[in-house]
Amino acid sequence: MTTRIFGSGIKRREDPRLITGEARYTDDIKLPGVLHMAVVRSPYAHANIVSIDSSAAEAMDGVVAVYTSDDIGDGLAGLPTAWLIPDSDLKTPEHPALAKGKVRYVGDGVAIVLADDRYRAQDAADAVVVDYEELPAVIDPEEAAGEGAPLIHDDVEGNIAFRWVMGDREASDAVFDAADVVVSERILQQRLLPTAMEPRAAMAQYNPATQELTLWCTSQNPHIHRFIISAVTGLNENKVRVIAPEVGGGFGSKIPCYPDEALVSWASIKLGVPVKWTETRSENYLITIHGRDHVQHVEMAASNDGTLLGVRATVYAGMGGYLSTAAPGIPTILHGLLYVGPYTMGSVFCESIGVMTNGTPTDAYRGAGRPEATFLLERMVDNVARKIGMDPVEVRRKNLIPAFEDGYEVATTLIYDSGDYPAAFEKALDMAGYGDFRRQQKSAEADGRYLGIGVTAYTEMCGLGPSQVAGAVGFQGGLWESATVRVTPTGKVQALIGASPHGQGSETTLAQIIAEELGFPVDDIEVIHGDTTETPMGWGTYGSRTTPVTGAALAQASRKLKDKARVLAAHLMEANVDDIEYADGSFSVKGSPDQAQSIQEVALMAHLAWNMPEGMDPGFEESQFYDPPNFVYPFGTHIAIVEVDAETGVIDLQRYIAVDDCGPQINPEIVAGQIHGGVVQGAAQALCEGAIYSDDGQLLTGSMMDYCMPKADMFPNFELGETVTPSPHHPVGVKGVGETGTIASTPTVYNAVLDALAPLGVTQIDMPLTSAKVWSAIQSARA
Amino acid sequence: MWPNKFDYVRAGSVDEALSSITDDGKFLAGGHSLLPVMKLRLDAPEQLVDIGRIPELQGISANGGLTIGAGATHDAIATSADVQAMCGALASACGQVGDQGVRNFGTLGGNIAHADPASDPPTVLVAVGASVNIQGAGGSRSVGAGDFFVDLFETALDDGELITSVSVPDLSDHQSAYVKFPHPASRYAIVGVCVALKMNDDGSCDHAHVAVGGATVKAVRCSSAEAALAGTTVDDAAVNAAAEAVKSDISEWLAGDIAYPESYRQQMAGVFLKRAVAVAQG
Repeated sequence: MTTRIFGSGIKRREDPRLITGEARYTDDIKLPGVLHMAVVRSPYAHANIVSIDSSAAEAMDGVVAVYTSDDIGDGLAGLPTAWLIPDSDLKTPEHPALAKGKVRYVGDGVAIVLADDRYRAQDAADAVVVDYEELPAVIDPEEAAGEGAPLIHDDVEGNIAFRWVMGDREASDAVFDAADVVVSERILQQRLLPTAMEPRAAMAQYNPATQELTLWCTSQNPHIHRFIISAVTGLNENKVRVIAPEVGGGFGSKIPCYPDEALVSWASIKLGVPVKWTETRSENYLITIHGRDHVQHVEMAASNDGTLLGVRATVYAGMGGYLSTAAPGIPTILHGLLYVGPYTMGSVFCESIGVMTNGTPTDAYRGAGRPEATFLLERMVDNVARKIGMDPVEVRRKNLIPAFEDGYEVATTLIYDSGDYPAAFEKALDMAGYGDFRRQQKSAEADGRYLGIGVTAYTEMCGLGPSQVAGAVGFQGGLWESATVRVTPTGKVQALIGASPHGQGSETTLAQIIAEELGFPVDDIEVIHGDTTETPMGWGTYGSRTTPVTGAALAQASRKLKDKARVLAAHLMEANVDDIEYADGSFSVKGSPDQAQSIQEVALMAHLAWNMPEGMDPGFEESQFYDPPNFVYPFGTHIAIVEVDAETGVIDLQRYIAVDDCGPQINPEIVAGQIHGGVVQGAAQALCEGAIYSDDGQLLTGSMMDYCMPKADMFPNFELGETVTPSPHHPVGVKGVGETGTIASTPTVYNAVLDALAPLGVTQIDMPLTSAKVWSAIQSARA
Repeated sequence: MWPNKFDYVRAGSVDEALSSITDDGKFLAGGHSLLPVMKLRLDAPEQLVDIGRIPELQGISANGGLTIGAGATHDAIATSADVQAMCGALASACGQVGDQGVRNFGTLGGNIAHADPASDPPTVLVAVGASVNIQGAGGSRSVGAGDFFVDLFETALDDGELITSVSVPDLSDHQSAYVKFPHPASRYAIVGVCVALKMNDDGSCDHAHVAVGGATVKAVRCSSAEAALAGTTVDDAAVNAAAEAVKSDISEWLAGDIAYPESYRQQMAGVFLKRAVAVAQG
């Protein structure tokens, strides 16, 4: 082999079908006799339902039925919350598929219409008359947790769904009381709309004769959807088949099981015909989960010499009208545990309060808790630097954890797997030309131009596992993955995985792992996913876990096959197993290189089973369950350089440098793509994205006319660098890279802008940094 | 994404379009303003009369001035050598509408009939004193652009009337520019400023055309800004004075949104007036 396939930037095999429009999404699947579902949704954020009159709708052409929660009755159980944080006094209010007596956010489902045509379904939905008694609404999580806020669920006192505490308050007080310097800031992590390119969709087909339900839906985790749908419908899990066909992105928003998937399932069971629902973009913004929504009160303690001593925060995390599937885990486990970041800081404390509000439910959105932690940490490091008059780069350099290869325990009790933070840090600074930039910045300021630089050192935790830890932190599932490597008689490979990639390029990356392990040409390997009947059990694609966890399962299954092949090859060549050498997909006998068996020949002989060693079973297929021994911890340093136009407040992002370490890169092009996308998504939080509600709970940014999605022309060419620090506990050493860009880029860009504005006296602006807000802040500072 | 039910008629001529339209009907040209509104069910006309293929509405002719067919696309206007020569600001504005796909379908007539206050072409039409040629059952008439735009999404068009063309004066002896501060979400104008300057041989400004859109409920002609520039050498002092004047010119028409409030847009009108003058003077 001239070029190793592992580490080669081959093209994504997914792209031809995606680019040419040949990919088959849920909405592309047509079934005869299908009924279309439209959902009557609440226009109020908080209201009692006085009455529902569906008579006019029912009389309309093509309308088969209109159902409300009364019609469903016990037919559907409430949607479960599946992350039950221990020791947090967690309340899990009922989340019915259709509202029972009361609506709790704009978009909450009130009734469903089933019709023979999508247009007619919508016409009839518009004709359902619902009489509401409007109630006061509350959107801001801190306000919702306060005195006198409207009560959203009767059984969630004070709207507090949970209160999670990490660390020792008294110990934290002692550190802060004794510190030379304490800085503080109220940080708003605004609500974000995940905006996957494909909105959600679901189609259910129930077969009354076999009592089997097939559900096609936009899922990042069809096996989780299967057991939740089984649980809410009461069907046995082995009678439920969930298929995630092509899924056009998710960013976390397709993890949860939503009312809509339950409703098409129930309606198909009720009527015995297929039922389909496809979300509009307007619905997507109203009802698909939102991300972030924290109000954080943050403090950091430091010494005058720049030593970071401790961080602490009280976080009000908005949960929205109901607790979504994984919601309680996001502002707690996935957030607080990251409070020391890459620093040697010894004291952490977090009180995270999950608050019901009248907003859309929130849940995991790319990074999920970790961006919110990294932002507050990096923001406070810059604040410390400014307060003691030290270069923020010097503060970071002074506090970075030194290089370690196998385990480093930090104050949050996590044991980081491996890292060389200083190496990535110095490399990024070199690429940026930090010293030169500071000189440039000074001379620009003399000309009335405002340049700024933001530097973020980060580490994050992904590839979540082991399952014992998942259980200990209340996650109602395991966090292992399983995979089967199946070789056909002609030597072609089907790799069946339980995870469910939806745009990450995993079909390519995972094939490269198998090709590396077994020597099959990469194009002879198919990666099959997304169908609970075809694929082995798995917990899904999220949290940057598919390459680390599924990849490990595939590597180990491949190694089992290789062991079998070695024994069989030795048998076929009448040689001793110890004398078999393997290279590039071929087994040969030591000393006689002419005698060789290719992996394809061995596979064929294993299938024919004409001449097997004693005790060896026929066939050429192996499966592996892989439960990771620890998280993986990618890390790096990102740097942004911006110029702010003081006349307009417009920010020009001029350079973006990202040095990331995700261990050995299987496909550098795909790694770069993940970082590019992640950086754009995170930078957009700093610069332009933000869901805005009116005081009465109407989503004012209900379309892309107002909700600002990032656009390519807002960004420079990214300058990427890498360091390579393998994970010591992983079979091929890799760490996840799906979220690092999002986690690192928000504080990087934000700090760069605030650095540019420092000479003007601006010290804080709530995100997103729209030109209007930046301009106003400049005016206020000048006044 | 699911419009209400409607009837559809394709008209072959202006007369056929005018005789086909019903009380609850709308004319459909490029569809890039009307269809999104219908898909969101914000409007539900019962009938669409498609005027997109009527030959009389096509084309751009130059004869002492420009006559631009209502059915001319933004792209056709942006790339027309005649428009570029006679009214560079209009070519520039049409070239900044939406994206290339929108410009390939969206038409000038449809754009101004919709009267989105943040759209680009109306600001230029108002600045340069264009007129809108209209035909109805009772005959034809012409309305100055400044009178045509009445308020937010409101024009001087009566029910059943059709825009046939827009007449634009020959400003080839002016220096003109349209400069836009795009909304980062929609790329419509937070503020758009059109400036056209007629300079005398002695370096003084004979007269100026100035209009502002985006920041206002409709495109607004800015007479005090024009006065601040006329008769000057368009030096810094004059431009600064015009930038101040433009803020008062638009003060009674201001509009904003949740992210970019009126007060900000008003200030930005001044900033972008200065930038437009600089671009016009190239």
